[in-house]
Amino acid sequence: MSAPLAKVADAERVLDVANLRAYYQTWHFGVSRDVRAVDGVTLHVDRNEIYGLAGESSCGKSTLIRTIVRAIRPPLAVVEGSVRFDFGGRACDIYALDRARLAGIRWRHLSYILQGSMNVLNPVRRVRESFVDFAFRHIGKPMPQFLALVEDHLARLRLDPAVLGSFPHELSGGMRQRVTIALASVCRPDFIVADEPTTALDVVVQKDVLALLREVQRQIRSSMILVTHDIGVHANATDRLGVMYAGRLIEEGRTGEVIREPRHPYTAQLVTSLPRIGDIEPKQGLDGAPPSLAAPPPGCRFHPRCPLAMEMCRREHPPMVEVAAGHRVACWVKAPPGGMAAP
Amino acid sequence: MQAYAIYALKRLAQFVLVVFIGINLAYLISHATPIDPVEQTVSAATSFGNASPEAILMMRASLRELYGLEGGAVSQYAAFWRRVLVGDFGPSLSAFPTPVSTLIGRALPWTVGLLSVSTCLAFALGNLLGGLAGYFRESRILKLAGIAAMAVHPIPYYIVAFVLLIVFGYLWPVLPISGGYRINTPWGWNAEFVLSVVTHAILPVASLVLVGVGGWFMGMRSLVSNIVSEDYVVYAELAGVSRGRILGAYVMRNALAPQVTGLAMSLGSIFNGAIITEQVFGYPGIGTLLIQAVHAGDYSLVIGIASVSIVAVSVAVLIIDLLYPLLDPRVKVA
Amino acid sequence: MFTVLRDLLRYRTEFRFGAILTGFIAAFAALSLVSPYPPQDQFVVPPDLPPSWSYWFGTTSRGQDVFWQLTFAIRNTMLFGLSVAVLSRLVSIAIGMWSGYKGGIVDRLLMSVNDTFIVIPLFPLLVLFYFVLRDRMSWPLLALAMASLGWAYDARLIRAVALSLSSREFTQQCVFSGMRTREIVFQEHLPYVLPIVFYTTMNNMNWSIGLEVTLSVLGFTDIDTPTVGVMIYWANQHTALVAGVWWWVFFPVLFVMILFIGLFLLAISTNEYIDPRSRLARMGDVSG
Repeated sequence: MSAPLAKVADAERVLDVANLRAYYQTWHFGVSRDVRAVDGVTLHVDRNEIYGLAGESSCGKSTLIRTIVRAIRPPLAVVEGSVRFDFGGRACDIYALDRARLAGIRWRHLSYILQGSMNVLNPVRRVRESFVDFAFRHIGKPMPQFLALVEDHLARLRLDPAVLGSFPHELSGGMRQRVTIALASVCRPDFIVADEPTTALDVVVQKDVLALLREVQRQIRSSMILVTHDIGVHANATDRLGVMYAGRLIEEGRTGEVIREPRHPYTAQLVTSLPRIGDIEPKQGLDGAPPSLAAPPPGCRFHPRCPLAMEMCRREHPPMVEVAAGHRVACWVKAPPGGMAAP
Repeated sequence: MQAYAIYALKRLAQFVLVVFIGINLAYLISHATPIDPVEQTVSAATSFGNASPEAILMMRASLRELYGLEGGAVSQYAAFWRRVLVGDFGPSLSAFPTPVSTLIGRALPWTVGLLSVSTCLAFALGNLLGGLAGYFRESRILKLAGIAAMAVHPIPYYIVAFVLLIVFGYLWPVLPISGGYRINTPWGWNAEFVLSVVTHAILPVASLVLVGVGGWFMGMRSLVSNIVSEDYVVYAELAGVSRGRILGAYVMRNALAPQVTGLAMSLGSIFNGAIITEQVFGYPGIGTLLIQAVHAGDYSLVIGIASVSIVAVSVAVLIIDLLYPLLDPRVKVA
Repeated sequence: MFTVLRDLLRYRTEFRFGAILTGFIAAFAALSLVSPYPPQDQFVVPPDLPPSWSYWFGTTSRGQDVFWQLTFAIRNTMLFGLSVAVLSRLVSIAIGMWSGYKGGIVDRLLMSVNDTFIVIPLFPLLVLFYFVLRDRMSWPLLALAMASLGWAYDARLIRAVALSLSSREFTQQCVFSGMRTREIVFQEHLPYVLPIVFYTTMNNMNWSIGLEVTLSVLGFTDIDTPTVGVMIYWANQHTALVAGVWWWVFFPVLFVMILFIGLFLLAISTNEYIDPRSRLARMGDVSG
């Protein structure tokens, strides 16, 4: 699986996820079930890189990143695999850390922008208090200097420091999201995870928030995972792109390459669903619905909806195969292991 | 500020509605009887002593006037309301000629004291333990506390008070079981008197707290177990905010608002409990006075206590409602 | 509804426990049918005997067998609670559903009145009720009074369910597919409403039995019909505890406590079952 080219980049890796499986394991009134929300995902993120994660709703992308940052609570549990971070030479397996060391890493090295920022700020606390709660102990300065630093940071992101005195409900959705981004970057972390940061916003605000996000990444030179179902956002913001379907990673490569030349039939559908200027053809939708993660189909999980499905696809899950430098695909048809890609 | 004024006006309107409906219910109940309350009072009063026929005649006439049974339905109704609004329910029959308002005024501080102390204790204890139990779900001790609270909670105040009375009055007599202070203790701010007030309050307070704590415990536990999966809590955990801060400022702080609403809602039934508990321990408050009034056939005192109870509970609810926005900043815009 | 009960019995310890306790008390009450003595008769057995093989729970100072007297008392108490619960259900379901489905101004007005009934201290009013009726006070009258005063809290809970049902997507779908309101309410929504009705019924029984016991102990009811409260009332009248006749008080208190805990356990375990989060987890709905 590992190509020679990847070896060089190894030293620059900030995040390494290997064969990660995370299931929701529930037992209720006699019905027990495993929902395989993340099922054998392997990926890595390099320093100073924005890695995009795409896929339709409930494909497991939010669960994947929740697992990556160890924000899981029962019934979600990691069944297999590892998540390793490397913050400037200090490598660690996030699931091997004790509570204190984990708390030391959080926000200082690893911060997070949560999905649906309507409720991510404590509704009964002013924004200033959230900054103090989240970042004060990492900065190691007395309170007045700390607050001055926060105000500087806000000013750099062109945010009015007056927001510090507000309650979250007094801010607009876009403003709240901007405040969250400022909050997530105030400690200049090495790694930021952004889960659907633009989803709940209207288009104009979306654009600004995205610009802010890239601005932040450029200023503090952190790595980032950006999760959104919106391919347009990926095309504008991310360096590399991973596509998930039904709990598995099915394609990964440089964003431009994946969008220009999608290999997996699902990615192809996802990309062609993007409207382009000058389009007059009616859009072709996908038939059927994504499979239940509690009882996924055998073989390739996409085969019931795939126009190219063969016998093999129904039996066995395809492995990730490198089809070009850094471009990996899991598809029996488009990327048969050890063989030439079918036309 | 303007938003708060609108909110306060709404709560004030609700307060007026509660008093209006409550007093009307009292009026309805007191007048929807096939028995003439005057005749009944007269017979109840005369059955104890040996009053002269003239005295009975006089009593009957003054009672008619007193109860507002003179004139038509409209003027009776108006007279009833006037008495409530002015707070003048005439003289008490059983403690003639002391006015009913004086008797109530004497008893009310005891009840208010008992109620506020026990309600605050039960609320604080129940919410604290419930919050901990909801946050630290695996703790054995907290689970046991939950089971204990659950077992006592459904039992009515009377039974709990009664059991405490038996245990501490007969089986292991260490605490005073009757009255509000030791008789023959001089009134005032001296150690002896204060101490006797405190020891006499222990059992009544304990029975109110025992029953009350379970409700707050369970309410808080279930609120907390929902709030821990709210985005802002997950987010704070992701930020590595300390558990104590998360539990206090994030989880319990947000659960407090609905619990305070619950407090306002349940003040009525807590008040019922206080009345009963007072009676069990002979505590010199409104409850004991009410039961005595019933036994003595003191119509004006019963009406007076019922009306004052309704107004007093409504005022307490109004105060909680008006303070509520301090707890939840979102109310002002709603 | 039956599968719900079966699931609860099978998988919830609290529910099973509650069902056993309540069932035990109900079976005990049923024994009143085979009582050798009519409930009102006095001095049918020697008075003041402690529990023994011939008189399991002892005898009272009024010459009644505590065991058989208690079967009547429990039966009457349970029937009382049940009648109040059923009667007040009529009001609380009607108000709750109407308010929840109508929404808007109707909802706000009804809930205003509703909250009023929640806040008003009912005990002084019930005492007043007894005070004006005195000897004409009877068991059905008290049940009626309590039912007409004690529906409000449950109406609020039922309203919340109705409100969420009426705004749920599948309701919209039913409306668009041309189902009539009556059909939607009875076919689609009833399964969601029934558990909350069950829950509030149990709670309401606890509430009304508790108040009945309290009023009876004070002698503010018809003291000739034996209920648990009336038994304690007569025991107090004969100063049973001072006289050492503890069994006259102990067994009624013990049994009514078992009943309270049983009903309460039934209520809370049902509540947990109808909690939308737990229901969601059972259906395995996972997003993201």
